Amino acid sequence: MKYTTLITKLAALSLSAVLAVGGLASCSSSDNGTDSGSSDKKSNASYRTVDEIKESGKVVIGVFSDKAPFGYVDENGKYQGYDVYFAERIGKDLGVDIEYVSTDPASRVEYAATGKVDIVLANFTVTDERAEKVDFALPYMKVKLGVVSPDSAVVKSIDDLKDKTLIVVKGTTAETYFEKNEPDVKLQKYDEYADAYNALLQGRGDAFSTDNTEVLAWAIVNPGYTVGIDALGNADTIAPAVQKGNASLLNWLNDEIKALGEENFFHADYDATLASVYGSAANPDNLVVEGGVVD
Amino acid sequence: MQGSGINVLFLGRNFARLLEGLWVTMRISIIAVLLSIPLGILFGMFMTLRHPVAKAVSRVYLEFIRIMPQLVLLFIAYFGVTRAFGWNWSADFSAVLVFTLWGTAEMGDLVRGALQSIPRHQYDSAAALGMTKWQTFIYIIVPQTLRRLLPPTINLTTRMIKTTSLVVLIGITEVLKVGKQIIDVNRFVYPTASLWVYGAVFVLYFLACWPISVLARQLEKRWR
Repeated sequence: MKYTTLITKLAALSLSAVLAVGGLASCSSSDNGTDSGSSDKKSNASYRTVDEIKESGKVVIGVFSDKAPFGYVDENGKYQGYDVYFAERIGKDLGVDIEYVSTDPASRVEYAATGKVDIVLANFTVTDERAEKVDFALPYMKVKLGVVSPDSAVVKSIDDLKDKTLIVVKGTTAETYFEKNEPDVKLQKYDEYADAYNALLQGRGDAFSTDNTEVLAWAIVNPGYTVGIDALGNADTIAPAVQKGNASLLNWLNDEIKALGEENFFHADYDATLASVYGSAANPDNLVVEGGVVD
Repeated sequence: MQGSGINVLFLGRNFARLLEGLWVTMRISIIAVLLSIPLGILFGMFMTLRHPVAKAVSRVYLEFIRIMPQLVLLFIAYFGVTRAFGWNWSADFSAVLVFTLWGTAEMGDLVRGALQSIPRHQYDSAAALGMTKWQTFIYIIVPQTLRRLLPPTINLTTRMIKTTSLVVLIGITEVLKVGKQIIDVNRFVYPTASLWVYGAVFVLYFLACWPISVLARQLEKRWR
């Protein structure tokens, strides 16, 4: 039966084509990932108190795994970065081991809100909206928004962005800021930072906006790109988050941050993890918050 | 300082980490596929029942799974269930559960389609030859159904393997996420790393899926 052979061949061919395309494109994901379906305020006390954490001998901390220099994984598979440096200290002061969970911007609120992790230390900017779902401890860093764009068409002000496409990462402050304040700017949204940067490099958008720390560091090592806007919006603070109602852990974290302020811990953290990235141009006092006190 | 991106693959444990990531991907999808196929066959047979309740139940289940994006299902199983009932399912369990539910629904519909595509006269001829209902099913219907089922099942299997890249959003570090981690760490020193890392990930997915389609072709040849 020649007819069947033909069909079989065609099927095999299209199968391998599907394989090839699928392998490349499998990073594309379905639209909006945030689950708001079950947002009823049912308080499930699934969080663990400080005593329970100490008893179990392990604290579960949600960090970024692909956002150098704050939270990333080095070539040996070890978590590193500014957030992780702090996390290591938390583990040490609690006297327990640390289990890291890799989170993404779109899922980190859920992680803290459901108590899937004890603490989220994922470069988590404090906003009113988020504070309704999770409890933030004292801040350990502060940032504003920055916008990076190619040298050939530097975006220097919001006006430059009119009718242009701005790349943002879902679930970040940049996304909320532009949606709320600049409806004229066309947004192109990605789930992950790596995708967003690739999109900028490939020219799929005119500029990329996220925290100024992030774009400044990126522009230094990517010649041909400039941070045209380096301080947009209000100064935001970055703080650890725990599940709503976990007063025990929240108080412990606040005391910890205050105590660490006395030894200038976060400046040491900056020197160890961020200094090499921002270079001598950046002033650590513009980023680091000691003892939870923002001036 | 800028070197060729290919070096990135062999820095430290990077290559081993990619393979570990592939294993995570394969483990979740293989378990889910192995559960989905038998469950899907049962579900498909259930769907061919003429009972109105059976029809309604299977219709609702199938449409629900088909309409919901897998990502939403993952979030419901991982975060939503904890929020609503306080059951703290692990990420691995949630992933396998969602992919099995999805696989069962799709496999069930494939089985239903294959069963219903067998022409009426096949049943009639078998009956004319004096075969019992059971004999008809085993000797006449199942062999023809299997042949029809093979290509779509392989499609579903490879699709499930690739869709597992979504589990990264519930904290499972699978092969694509490892790739992104490697790209991110090296994006300053090796700006071209993404090309090589995504290339390697592509090859790994290919190596994972290709044997399945080869096996399918062999089976199809043998069954002709």
